[in-house]
Amino acid sequence: MDYTNFLLMRDELSLVAVMVLLLLYDLFGSARSLRHFQLVACLLFGLHTLICLFPHRPVEAFGGMYIYKPMLTIVKSILNVGTLLVFMQAHTWLESERTVIRRGEFYFLTLSTLLGMYFMMSAGNFLLFFIGLETASIPMATLAAFDKYKRKSAEAGAKYILSAVFASALSLYGISLIYGTTGTLYFDDVAVRITGNPLQIMAFVFFLVGMCFKISIVPFHLWTADVYEGAPTNVTAYLSVISKGSAVFVLMTILYKVFGNIVMQWQGILYGLVIVTITVANLFAIRQKNLKRFLAFSSISQAGYILLGVISGNALGMTSLVFYVLVYMVSNLGAFGVISVIEQRTGKVMMDDYNGLYKTNPYLSLVMMFSLFSLAGIPPFAGFFSKFFIFAAAASEGYYILVLIALLNTILSLYYYLLVVKAMFINPSEQPIAPFRSDNYTRVSLVACMAGVFLLGILSVVYQQISLFSFGM
Amino acid sequence: MSMEYAVLILLLPLVTFLLLGLVGTRFSARTAGLIGSGVLAVVACLAYVTAWNYFSMPRVEGVRVPVVPLNFEWLHFTDQLHIDLGILLDPISVMMLVVITTVSLMVHLYSLGYMKGERGFQRYYAFLSLFTFSMLGLVVATNIFQTYIFWELVGVSSYLLIGFYYTKPEAVAASKKAFIVTRFADLGFLIGILLLSYFTGTFSFERLTSGDASVFADAAGVTFLGGSVIAWAVALIFIGCAGKSAMFPLHIWLPDAMEGPTPVSALIHAATMVVAGVYLVARLFPVYFFQAPEVLVMIAVVGAFTSLYAAVVACVQTDIKRVLAFSTISQIGFMMVALGVSGMEGHEGLGYMASMFHLFTHAMFKALLFLGAGAIIHAVHSNEMKYMGGLRRQMPITHLTFLIACLAISGIPPFSGFFSKDEILAACFEFSPWMGGIMSFIAALTAFYMFRLYYNIFWAQPAVHEPGHEPHEAPANMTIPLVILAAISCVAGFIPFGHFVSADGQSLTTHLEGSVAVTSVVIACVAIGIATVLYRKGTNPVPAHLAERFKGLHKAAYHRFYIDEFYQFVTHRIIFRYISRPIAWFDRHVIDGALNGLAWSAQRLSYAIRGLQSGQIQQYAYVFLLGTLIIVVLVLWV
Repeated sequence: MDYTNFLLMRDELSLVAVMVLLLLYDLFGSARSLRHFQLVACLLFGLHTLICLFPHRPVEAFGGMYIYKPMLTIVKSILNVGTLLVFMQAHTWLESERTVIRRGEFYFLTLSTLLGMYFMMSAGNFLLFFIGLETASIPMATLAAFDKYKRKSAEAGAKYILSAVFASALSLYGISLIYGTTGTLYFDDVAVRITGNPLQIMAFVFFLVGMCFKISIVPFHLWTADVYEGAPTNVTAYLSVISKGSAVFVLMTILYKVFGNIVMQWQGILYGLVIVTITVANLFAIRQKNLKRFLAFSSISQAGYILLGVISGNALGMTSLVFYVLVYMVSNLGAFGVISVIEQRTGKVMMDDYNGLYKTNPYLSLVMMFSLFSLAGIPPFAGFFSKFFIFAAAASEGYYILVLIALLNTILSLYYYLLVVKAMFINPSEQPIAPFRSDNYTRVSLVACMAGVFLLGILSVVYQQISLFSFGM
Repeated sequence: MSMEYAVLILLLPLVTFLLLGLVGTRFSARTAGLIGSGVLAVVACLAYVTAWNYFSMPRVEGVRVPVVPLNFEWLHFTDQLHIDLGILLDPISVMMLVVITTVSLMVHLYSLGYMKGERGFQRYYAFLSLFTFSMLGLVVATNIFQTYIFWELVGVSSYLLIGFYYTKPEAVAASKKAFIVTRFADLGFLIGILLLSYFTGTFSFERLTSGDASVFADAAGVTFLGGSVIAWAVALIFIGCAGKSAMFPLHIWLPDAMEGPTPVSALIHAATMVVAGVYLVARLFPVYFFQAPEVLVMIAVVGAFTSLYAAVVACVQTDIKRVLAFSTISQIGFMMVALGVSGMEGHEGLGYMASMFHLFTHAMFKALLFLGAGAIIHAVHSNEMKYMGGLRRQMPITHLTFLIACLAISGIPPFSGFFSKDEILAACFEFSPWMGGIMSFIAALTAFYMFRLYYNIFWAQPAVHEPGHEPHEAPANMTIPLVILAAISCVAGFIPFGHFVSADGQSLTTHLEGSVAVTSVVIACVAIGIATVLYRKGTNPVPAHLAERFKGLHKAAYHRFYIDEFYQFVTHRIIFRYISRPIAWFDRHVIDGALNGLAWSAQRLSYAIRGLQSGQIQQYAYVFLLGTLIIVVLVLWV
């Protein structure tokens, strides 16, 4: 075996280095120096993000197990930036009395899941893919149960691991059937041997629902609301953005690369899933009073829009999908950042608690409003452009009815997003949340999110850059 | 030479706007004003440096070539058709940079005194910066779409500034009127842009005005109602220009816009924004000249008619700002006429040069007139002539500078207006003696109404003022801009303008047309003489007699020939009653009803499926598996 192959995995090695360094620092750092743990962690991870920002030439390592393409740099960078934002938003929570001694664990577990996602995306073989998937899932359950002394958090962890195991089992069953019918696990070989016989179709569906679980597509989404509500808010943010984003990307690659021969079948399946997902999620979102549950359903419906990009299946669709994930990330993290900091300060997460927030915390309310506007797709915020591109991609493939349904759902979603805005700006309150000053980490991350919400759509160079790389797919 | 620093001219006002707009209230009013003015002083210096560098560049084959220091693609449609944002420096855009930054700087300084103690002082300066940014962006646009973007932005800034005193209902109504009328005209502009870009496949000014006929090859033979499609496109674009530049019949917003603070009137509604239409026609001049000469004639006719109409109306107004507003409309008419009668090559292009020259001189002396009027209003707290009179003693500096501006606009040498107006008249006479005659008559009217205004303010019978409220000279930060602008108005006429700006880029040497110059000076002097006899003492009964004698005409002119009433009738009586009401009914009952029904059913449905989310993990797994199997069944057997 050629060990130099390891050197080809630059991004993974760099991530592992960060993990190990942080772990050692946490174990052996003096109490005095550990006061700067958060700063060091963010700086180290920031350095890693910088390193991963530069694409290098395409490589194949370990006999095609591991594949790198420049497009991955874009996607990994998006995930890196998102993770960095989550880390910054987690500052208050990690500094709180109960969590402070375990913050090293938080970083190690989060970065483990990220490493899993890296492998999942770089895989050229179902085996590595599955290992990546599990590496991304199992630590996630511990993260969901991080506040283990809270009943809801423990419940979230249990629900997540049980659902994840169930989904993985189905996925693995699908993969084994694929192996049985094609005799290989390498993506390229499977792709040519897929003929579309019923067994393969069934295998494909089993594989697909495993991924749908991660992306929370209806009807495989039922865990989402409970887990999002129970897990610590920053973990929820991570789950809703990073975990989902990586899964979407992997799904897109595999659908095209491996199951290109049965494109008619899976487009039909996705067609139905998109409609059901967007509609059901929106209907549920309307009635939510807990903001974390509310955002859970909002993120399910966003996932439906993302699948719209997968379904269109052309270069435009691919570009708009990546762009959509990026925009969704900054918008969603903006909203979660506000919820997280308010929850840490006051313990309040219900929509009614936000009544009159604008009077006491105007900046936070504005951040929340802009994020929600972006999620709802109101111009001139980035969300409008990402929705526009994704609709344009689907319409260009002739999915007019699907786009129409998605558009109608956008109107419905506007209603519930505006409910929150109304609570903050219009509803009077006897006891509004008292004014407070949020910590600098959160502030920086929120400013970064707002910059994204305002600029991503207008600065066309971002979209063009993604477009440039996605043609290399 | 690299001129990338020109981008700062655009960015600095934008930064000031964001700073003052977002956190302006944290500064004291004084600090906010000083920030705004200081930044603008820097911007003005940069503009002068840009102008110096640009005009000192060597010519290429005798032609001043445009420079594009910055251009990036913003939206990409096809390889030819893309929307760029950039900076285009050529003679007219550099000239506009100088005009805008100079007048804007004067207005910024002047406002420090004029707006002192107003509520929302910081907001005022934020809006001024926004306007300056938008206007600068408009003139340096590299393509017509960028022009359109900034065109709308100046519209918004103008709306915000006219409605600055938002507690005054007239100001709110005026701002709405200005916005709606210009927006309506801009619809024509947008359609024009779309037509033009559809047939030429480009937005870029450089390509459109290159004189290269192949750009318009696709449009060859395409006609609509007897006109070529390019002619229609540029005529539609002219509608946008007519809206912005207050050409008849879209001029109705400008007099009302005087409800805004007076320095704003000086900046936006006299010197810069209202000439944007003239500027755009000049920018697209080769297209008009080569592709649609008939539209150019139409522009000349519209300009001449507007000019005459506004001059007549200005003769009978009693609100000094309205007189100045109509005078502005009339003078913009002059510029449009000059463009309309202009040719392209060599001396044929006199009208083009004269138009830009007049734009330049007019900006200076009209800003001066408005700022002077502001000082007067500041002193007597009214816009009406009857509260003024005899102010020359109390306000000597304002009086002197105002007099210089009046002489300049009347076309008395050696003040700047004489030179530019003389060249316009010369160009008109070359086009047709009729046009020359009419424009000369309007020039005489101009001299008459300006001196009517002047005598009514500074001579005539002093009005009675309440004790303790006697008028007094404005503070230094208001008079200094007046003096500077007056100095410019004295000497600007001697600029060899044709050397800098001409239709074909070649140097154009002009000389005074003896006959035209003498005639125009003589008729101006006669008109001033008449005004002197009628209004100097303020006791001459002739004006009142004349008004009585021609009562109908006087009343009609005073009411601006009832154009506003006509619009009022059309909108309120016809459009609102027969079109808007049925639509409103349809909206309330049919569309709202459908949406309410949708909302109701969504609520019901949401309630009905709530059992799905029970919180029990066993049930989740069950649904999960069921979903999987349903998909399998559907895919395999349907």
